[in-house]
Amino acid sequence: MLRQRVSAVAAEASLERGLRRRWRLGEKFIEGWIFLAGLLAIVVLLGIVGLLIKEGLPIFSHTPPWEFLFGTKWYPVSDPPTFGIMSFFVATIMVTIVATAIAVPVGVGCAAYLAEVAPLRIRETVKPIIELLAGIPSVVMGFIGLLLLSPLIQSVFNLNTGLCGLTAGIMLSLMSLPIIVSVSEDALSAIPDEFRQAAYALGATKWEVVRHVSIPAALSGIAAAIMLGVGRAIGETMTVLMVAGGALAVPISPTEPMMPMTAAIASGIGNAVRGGLQYQALFAIGLLLFIMTLAVNLIADRVMERQKRKFAR
Amino acid sequence: MLPLTALFIAAIVLTGCGGTPEDEGGLSGSFRIIGSNTVEPLSVVWVEEFMKMHPNVRIAVSGPGSGVGIAALIDGTTEVAQASREMKSKEVDQAKTKGVNPYEIQVATDALAVVVHPSNPVSELAIAQLSAIFTNHITNWKEVGGNDAPIVVISRDTNSGTHVFFKEHVVQMKGLPTEDKSLEYGSGVLFLPSTKEGVDEVARNPNAIFYPGLAYVTDEVQPLAIKKTADDLGVQPSVETALAGSYPIARPLLYYTDGEPTGVIKAFIDYCLSANGQAKVTDVGYVPLE
Repeated sequence: MLRQRVSAVAAEASLERGLRRRWRLGEKFIEGWIFLAGLLAIVVLLGIVGLLIKEGLPIFSHTPPWEFLFGTKWYPVSDPPTFGIMSFFVATIMVTIVATAIAVPVGVGCAAYLAEVAPLRIRETVKPIIELLAGIPSVVMGFIGLLLLSPLIQSVFNLNTGLCGLTAGIMLSLMSLPIIVSVSEDALSAIPDEFRQAAYALGATKWEVVRHVSIPAALSGIAAAIMLGVGRAIGETMTVLMVAGGALAVPISPTEPMMPMTAAIASGIGNAVRGGLQYQALFAIGLLLFIMTLAVNLIADRVMERQKRKFAR
Repeated sequence: MLPLTALFIAAIVLTGCGGTPEDEGGLSGSFRIIGSNTVEPLSVVWVEEFMKMHPNVRIAVSGPGSGVGIAALIDGTTEVAQASREMKSKEVDQAKTKGVNPYEIQVATDALAVVVHPSNPVSELAIAQLSAIFTNHITNWKEVGGNDAPIVVISRDTNSGTHVFFKEHVVQMKGLPTEDKSLEYGSGVLFLPSTKEGVDEVARNPNAIFYPGLAYVTDEVQPLAIKKTADDLGVQPSVETALAGSYPIARPLLYYTDGEPTGVIKAFIDYCLSANGQAKVTDVGYVPLE
């Protein structure tokens, strides 16, 4: 009896060992797979950075970095060519500011409504619909800007042309809105309910709770959402190419036609012979753009990390 | 958008042409024509007809701009480049170092119209006035006899052969006593990615001015009569005036191949230059070779 039990235990143990070995093999395989996938992403990223540096940096032997960044004349097909990207840089900043100024209040307001005020059923129908907005192709947004918004902007602001930074900025705000709403709403929903209940217990109204408890508590998450939206606006190309107007002057106001960096790259790259000066200059713009979006994304990442740690207790 | 449309048309033609009886000699093969946004509508018509005659031939056409086509020929990513300007000597040198020998064939002539909104009272301009407008030295229509309104100056982007041609022949006034090679488009000029978009903006904007090829002129915009110098008579752009040589802003439309064309490309270009092919040129709105 006892012997039998002992042998049964032994058999069980050996079965378990076998299982564990097979487990380990499977696990090793999956581990390796994930490792390779992770490695691939890093290799691709480094490859892109390497390419941008290799193709972009040689331009600085023709135009010194200082002149390249602060020059206001961009005549790539003239003889001799001049490359100054100040106007593109200012245009990108200006369009992004317009987009952010519109998308942030609307987006955060919408997120606060969805997370704090709206009944569950509304939240669960409206949020996916807003996220669907992110799926509209940018060329379609360009069309809408071209056909509907630009004539409107032209008549409302009494401008010479509706193709300007303001039109582009408004279209971009529509494109970064879904990101801002979605990520801020997640941040607001993640706040422990005790916070709100404590505030209500002290006699706070709904508005006071949203204004003084929920939004401050989720602030780092909202900041991350804003940063992601900004990153989207900086990198967007097709829409700004179609509606920003494409003038080479350094813009002074958003109602002027302008050419952001992405549009400058897109409208010039087809014409540039591989390895030529214009090609290098466009890659250098790409490099600067990459640094800008990388910085914005890094900030977003850091802020988001802080948000996570705050409620990890 | 336009290059896409062209590819689309080519694709429709590809699927829609099952063995017509005129197929002589069983010509087959495939090649690409990339380049000028201006030449594109003409190429599309020729390609359509040619593929109808030879169902086994596949030709893809796209028109992102002359510069793009020439760069593609140099990089070996197209067999034929269509261009609305001549290759620059620098581009020829680049091609030679990559082992490509550009061979130029003129397939038609184009007159460049200068268009404004139909409500604009200005009906003619001299080249020197156009130059001043496109360099932003004249910024109000009243300086050239129009309303007191700012001029919205529209140009194609740097990919475009039309951009370069217009810069050399109008902005820098090539061939005129006042020629000045240092002149550039002004910094207030709007650079748009396609000719169609420019024409659409002029149709919407009463103060805009733009320079499309003759084939792109629609009823919604008003072409100006052009005076070579202030003392000359204004000449309206048309096939007749361009053929007669009296319209001052005319230019060759070109195909470039790597070396003299052979085989199916030669057959195609022979068709373009034939009487039948040249008859299509007038249909599209350009000027046939004499």
